[in-house]
Amino acid sequence: MLEITTTRHNPFVDPQLAVWGWEIPVYLFFGGMIAGMMILAGIAMLRVARGEDPESFFSVQTPLLGFMLMNVGMAALFLDLAHKLYVWAVYLTFEALSPMSWGSWVLLVAYGILMASALVRIGDSWPWLARTFPIVGRLSAAVETPSRLRLLAFANIGFGIGLGIYTGILLSAMVARPLWNSAILGPLFLFSGLSAAAAMVHLAIRIFPGRPAPQGMVGGAFAAMWQPLGPRAPRAGTENALVRADVGFLGVELVLLALLLLGLVTAGASQIAAAQILISGAYAPAFWGAIVFAGIVLPIALQLLELGHRIPHTVVPALLVLAGGFALRWVLVNAGQASQILQSASR
Amino acid sequence: MARFGMVIDTRKCVGCMDCVVACQTENDVPQGHCRDWIVTEVRGTYPTLEMEIRSERCNHCDNPPCVYCCPTGASHVEPFGKTVQVTANRCIGCKACLAACPYGARFVHPEGYADKCTFCLHRVKEGKDPACVSVCPTRCMHFGDLDDPKSEVNRLLGSRKWHTLLPEAGTKPRIFYLD
Repeated sequence: MLEITTTRHNPFVDPQLAVWGWEIPVYLFFGGMIAGMMILAGIAMLRVARGEDPESFFSVQTPLLGFMLMNVGMAALFLDLAHKLYVWAVYLTFEALSPMSWGSWVLLVAYGILMASALVRIGDSWPWLARTFPIVGRLSAAVETPSRLRLLAFANIGFGIGLGIYTGILLSAMVARPLWNSAILGPLFLFSGLSAAAAMVHLAIRIFPGRPAPQGMVGGAFAAMWQPLGPRAPRAGTENALVRADVGFLGVELVLLALLLLGLVTAGASQIAAAQILISGAYAPAFWGAIVFAGIVLPIALQLLELGHRIPHTVVPALLVLAGGFALRWVLVNAGQASQILQSASR
Repeated sequence: MARFGMVIDTRKCVGCMDCVVACQTENDVPQGHCRDWIVTEVRGTYPTLEMEIRSERCNHCDNPPCVYCCPTGASHVEPFGKTVQVTANRCIGCKACLAACPYGARFVHPEGYADKCTFCLHRVKEGKDPACVSVCPTRCMHFGDLDDPKSEVNRLLGSRKWHTLLPEAGTKPRIFYLD
């Protein structure tokens, strides 16, 4: 028997750690999804640079959408800070051992890459901007050369991978939280981000068919993020390619989740107790129901049926994947805070 | 250069909480928060039970995860005494250090920055003991330089069996509890 009584009563720490609420899962979700969008955009940019798919939707629109979504993620992160007026202190230093410091700088560079990428043909997709600021057109022309596109593509892919892995490493570096303390969280969040990105781009294609870009400021801005360029719909194979990629990403995510659990249940007492929080504890319904079934298995099944032409393409799998991606962050952030190193009952 | 640490005799500690009150008074700890606290631990199987009472606080670890995770360097190892300190006006309140600490030793000050035990460095610089040590009515707490072989803390560690908290976390805590 081990009975511990404490007089400590600090908010956020007792009776169990509760330092991060909804803001961090939102930030991690958007961060992962943007990382996935950067990788997808980078791959598509390489195709554009080779002249294979000059109007590739997600090479030219995705960065702007990613840029806008990154603002949402960063806003959530800012809201979480308890000492908001000192946020600038992050950019006065680089702490090599701190994943959060690495992430802050990677985010800053990713901002720049997304902005530069969004410039590619933004004049076509958001005519108002090009009309009002002629320099935008000149910048677009400067970026849109095959060699610069290739450079941007590799920057997108490299920093996308870095950003996606960072969102997992941020948690896994915490030795005090056994549930998080696994390097698998890095690739898990990366592949979850990729599947969310594929779902988001798929959603954009489904909701807004191709048509001429609106001439107004607000309409043009939204169209630049969401609708395919020009009056034509994306190439016929685009949607199938996205769905196929999504099935692959989700499959890898499922394997990584299984490995995460396997690693925990075959480790020490603290890790086994942490795994139980997900397997049969307070977060089990959300883990099995929202993440594994509704967020991964069901979308895989639906998308395989879509690819086999058994059912028509719908937005349902994409919506499920997005909800599942957020649930993954929400559950892991909260369940991880509930996990702790267990004190030995014998000494 | 000194490396400060603390030795606490669990056979003498009665859990009176004088150390807690002294800390709150000395450091103006905000109401509803604490930098140190009392833990009562009962282990064994009835009727063979043993109880340990101890005063806990930040362990000023040699391998401090709170320092490693800090994105701004606000949490740092102070050269004087190699203690773990927080610079309030560099802390952004991200709370990563709270999550990283296996001892739950940190809290968010109502003004927004991470706060915790400082080993009363302001007193130590004046040659005094930390407030908690100085008020202990049973003299169960001892503060000193762990790198000085002749210090009282090293004499105690050499003469009695001791343990630290959660050594499996690998943080190398510098508060030692005499068994």
